[in-house]
Amino acid sequence: MDLTRDQHLAMHRSMVRIRLFEEAAGKLMEQGKMPGFLHLYVGQEAVAVGVCEALRVDDQITSTHRGHGHLVAKGGDLSRMMAELMGKATGYCGGKGGSMHINDLSLGMLGANGIVGAGVPIAVGAGFRNKYVGSDQVAVAFFGDASTNIGAFHEAANMACALHLPVVFICEHNKYGEYTPTDKAMVIADVVDRAAGYGMPGVIVDGMDVLAVHEAASEAIARARRGEGPALVEAKTYRFYNHHGIQTLGVKYRPDEEVLAWKERDPIFTFEKHVIDGGIATREDLDEIWNAVRAAIDAAIAFADESPFPDESQLLAGVFTEMAR
Amino acid sequence: MSTTATGERTLTYVQAFTEAIKLEMEADPTVFIAGEDVGAHGGVFHTFDGVQKQFGERRAVDTPISEQAIIGLGIGAAVTGLRPIVDLMFMDFVLVAADQIANQAAKLKYMFGGEAKVPLTITTTGGAGLSAAAQHSQSLEALFCHIPGIKVIYPSNAYDVKGLMAASVQEDNPTLFVLHKRMLGVRGVVPEGRYTIPLGVANVSRPGTDVTIVSWGKTAADSLVAAGQLAAEGIDAEVVDLRTLSPLDIDTVVTSVRKTNRVIVAHEAVKFGGFGAEVAAQIQEQAFDYLDAPVGRVAAPYSPIPFTPALESKYVPDAAAIAAGARQALARPGA
Repeated sequence: MDLTRDQHLAMHRSMVRIRLFEEAAGKLMEQGKMPGFLHLYVGQEAVAVGVCEALRVDDQITSTHRGHGHLVAKGGDLSRMMAELMGKATGYCGGKGGSMHINDLSLGMLGANGIVGAGVPIAVGAGFRNKYVGSDQVAVAFFGDASTNIGAFHEAANMACALHLPVVFICEHNKYGEYTPTDKAMVIADVVDRAAGYGMPGVIVDGMDVLAVHEAASEAIARARRGEGPALVEAKTYRFYNHHGIQTLGVKYRPDEEVLAWKERDPIFTFEKHVIDGGIATREDLDEIWNAVRAAIDAAIAFADESPFPDESQLLAGVFTEMAR
Repeated sequence: MSTTATGERTLTYVQAFTEAIKLEMEADPTVFIAGEDVGAHGGVFHTFDGVQKQFGERRAVDTPISEQAIIGLGIGAAVTGLRPIVDLMFMDFVLVAADQIANQAAKLKYMFGGEAKVPLTITTTGGAGLSAAAQHSQSLEALFCHIPGIKVIYPSNAYDVKGLMAASVQEDNPTLFVLHKRMLGVRGVVPEGRYTIPLGVANVSRPGTDVTIVSWGKTAADSLVAAGQLAAEGIDAEVVDLRTLSPLDIDTVVTSVRKTNRVIVAHEAVKFGGFGAEVAAQIQEQAFDYLDAPVGRVAAPYSPIPFTPALESKYVPDAAAIAAGARQALARPGA
């Protein structure tokens, strides 16, 4: 797939935005500035970015508890995201959703989700809407390997195929469901084997390679856009930090060698090598991106820090949409 | 079509439901129906009779038996701009889809900081009386009244079905609309054309002075029968049909209690933890000084619903049980 220099740099910038946003969030949590749960996307950046670079702004995505990367890749505002994570009034959800419910409907990002697998049927609903109104928009469901052991995934995958909807299923196979290795949770090694069971094509892709993800996702998305139905892309990837937060737990659940081996294949650094070796951009170009994103993250943190917490009057606001009588 | 002696048109409870759907679908191209057997078959209880014939497969969608995905389909379509009516054949099946209803549909707007709009109507059939046994007979409205973010409607007659269903479809929030299976064939006067009955407004379906009977669904219809029995004994009962359980129109209930000073709450679901407990608690919070007797409850006992008609008929509170409950509330001397 021929991509322009700008596209390469856009993907790099997007991955760096995720990386630095997540690491900043992790540090803030360690400093006690971040209430609640925090599931970091570091290590998996190539998946969100490779897919979302193949999407239009008006395409929809649903996400997971590990959802910050998806919103960043869809074009999310770092300041509103950071403010939401800190529970501030200026956050994406006015401080009432937090990390696990972050969303931007104007970007078609229909929400992170605290329930494993629960976003997948909602993506099917968005895909239904696209077909219903005769649009060529595509809905993408991001989910982990562990989601594919939950009923909602199976119901959604089957329904999307049965109704022939423009939905693309993106499995982020990061080898662990929370702290349990996937090979203890399912006897097949590849989630993609499940695609055939619903009558949709499936493909495995290296989830540490943003270009490979982009190519596979582009094909699946283009196919759905043409009205040829759902497809599943399984991206083999890895989270560099824990299921939750940054610090390792007392109980070790992943061998050091395994973590190190995956970190060797860091999606950002391997992409940088490709870009520089290929003469697409220079080290300086990329450093400029890092520096610009660092500044944006600092600004996001400052914005979040300075923002007020929601007023108590907001406690009961937004349960229902008020109806005109 | 049938008419009354005075020439008013009557429809059955289920026909009123279908008519409301058709009128809303004619008026708003974003309204569609989806669910198991709702399309070609028209619903196992004929709730969607002729909808696919009139509006085609695009707007009357047969889905797999996948309750979670049926609700998810509705949520995703609603949040992206459509106005879905999704059907769960039996109310018992809401439990299969509980996450999508309670954790997703009901909470989405609030979790998203109030930005989202979820105009989703979930329709289903509740209630016992068909020997459908423990998994196809329940009235589980209390579960969803406990979940902020979804409105719960359980009508008692054909007129209300049509107006409340239209309001549910037009509502910009998730609604759970429950039809009672034993009411489906019951006729009532139903005007032609579109009309709505606002959600969250109770109906005093029989004015009276001696005792208030608060109810909803089929039990509200039975309460009118009970009131007739009581009238023969010289007892003038007032029946308050809640129509919508959440939001609850407690003002209408309290106004009635202040007048009658005696009240019972009657419903078909299990008494323990039932919605009647909420109504009773709010009555004593807001009208304690007006009560001449404890708030009575008439409801099902604490067991799954039995299959055999011999036992099921003893399980579901009937008009006689409601009348007995009202007499008990009157047995205690007044202040």
